[in-house]
Amino acid sequence: MSTRSKFDSRLADLKAKLLEMESLAEAAVRNSLSALLNHDIEKANQVIEGDDKIDELEHEIHDQVLILIARESPVAKDLRTLNVALKVSSEVERMADMAVNIAKAAIHIGDEKHFKEILDIPKMMDHALEMVTMSVKAYIDEDVMLAQKCAEKDDEVDNMFGRLVHELITMVPTNPNATNQIIQLSFVCRFIERIADHSTNISENVIYLVTGKRFNLNE
Amino acid sequence: MESTTATAKILNTQEKQIVYKTSNLDLWYGENQALKNINLDIMENEVTAIIGPSGCGKSTYIKTLNRMIELIPGVRTSGEIIYRGKNILDKSYQVEELRTKVGMVFQKPNPFPKSIYENVAYGPKIHGIRDKKILDQIVEKSLRGAAIWDEVKDRLNQNAYGLSGGQQQRLCIARCLAIEPDVILMDEPTSALDPISTLKVEELIQELKKEFSIIIVTHNMQQAARISKKTAFFLNGEVVEFSETNKIFSTPNDKRTEDYITGRFG
Repeated sequence: MSTRSKFDSRLADLKAKLLEMESLAEAAVRNSLSALLNHDIEKANQVIEGDDKIDELEHEIHDQVLILIARESPVAKDLRTLNVALKVSSEVERMADMAVNIAKAAIHIGDEKHFKEILDIPKMMDHALEMVTMSVKAYIDEDVMLAQKCAEKDDEVDNMFGRLVHELITMVPTNPNATNQIIQLSFVCRFIERIADHSTNISENVIYLVTGKRFNLNE
Repeated sequence: MESTTATAKILNTQEKQIVYKTSNLDLWYGENQALKNINLDIMENEVTAIIGPSGCGKSTYIKTLNRMIELIPGVRTSGEIIYRGKNILDKSYQVEELRTKVGMVFQKPNPFPKSIYENVAYGPKIHGIRDKKILDQIVEKSLRGAAIWDEVKDRLNQNAYGLSGGQQQRLCIARCLAIEPDVILMDEPTSALDPISTLKVEELIQELKKEFSIIIVTHNMQQAARISKKTAFFLNGEVVEFSETNKIFSTPNDKRTEDYITGRFG
């Protein structure tokens, strides 16, 4: 029997809460894009309202971490686990904020018909969400290789972002009535690019958790 | 050459010396081997912590450093412990000389059943100091050095047994300082003290390291983490890991060290 079974079970509870938070944030991201593509204002509002629950979970995780530090005097990997729980929960919270931003963009565009068929943004989102899934799996399994693979995918998202925003901006002169929509869609590209960055940050934290060494994977 | 040393001192860049160099030390209690091939370099003016579970050899090791271990019948050693250039395990080494250089503080405060003053003056008197003025100075300096002067200066002639446990332990540290040692060995010096007295002794250790080299055995890992520069983890008579305390308590190299400090041992 482990001499710290109580502490271990509390660490497991903490991880479970983080995963609950992450699944809510991931759903919010998916729903925000769906709201944007389908002009679904109600869904966009649900994403915005649902953010309070995610914020609440982040606060609960932070409170639990502080209590465990105060009561258990963790060192070495235990201390990194708690530090990483704080950081990953903040990354997930920021991801959920990006979902809120996309939902707000959907509300801004409202019923206005899309000036062109939106195909590339969902593709970019698929890449970003794949990174989210990879980084979270890497965190659950403490898999350094997967964390590195996830970070490598960030370049693709960055390239897509650059290309898409360039394309959108060059469309302004030929679509003067869609300027507001083009600006909103450019912002959405930026928000998706940030979601991928948050996944990269989670991957960095996984590597730190396992090895105790820091890597900047965002370069 | 001298001016170089002086400049180094001023700039505080003078290289620290090794105070104890232990090489290939083995120790047996009769048939039982308690220390196995210990190799440790302990630096001067640092606090070195020794941690490990009960029976791992940490107290045995610290007691070899002033050769107190010889008081136990049937003890044999091999290897060497070089203290300031001389092998203290060498038969020709005068243990009396060693004991004037290496003071020791024990788990339970053990003041003599004498006055506070006499407790501190005892060592210097044995070493032949008779001048009352000089003894007064030594007593005050030692009690100040052990951060207990203000608490006892008005009752120096009272029996030391009237002091609290924490005060008695600091008195024992003062008694140790009175012989102006080079090294202070501490064997779980705060395990019988309450948390506030413990923190006072820890504060004191931080002050003392400026003048003395301190080697402390402790069961309290947070204490080792708080006060020491380097930590040695002993297990089954061996040194599993010896490195910077920051390293040991953040990213230890050996899984056994990680298991022990995170409380997942056994």
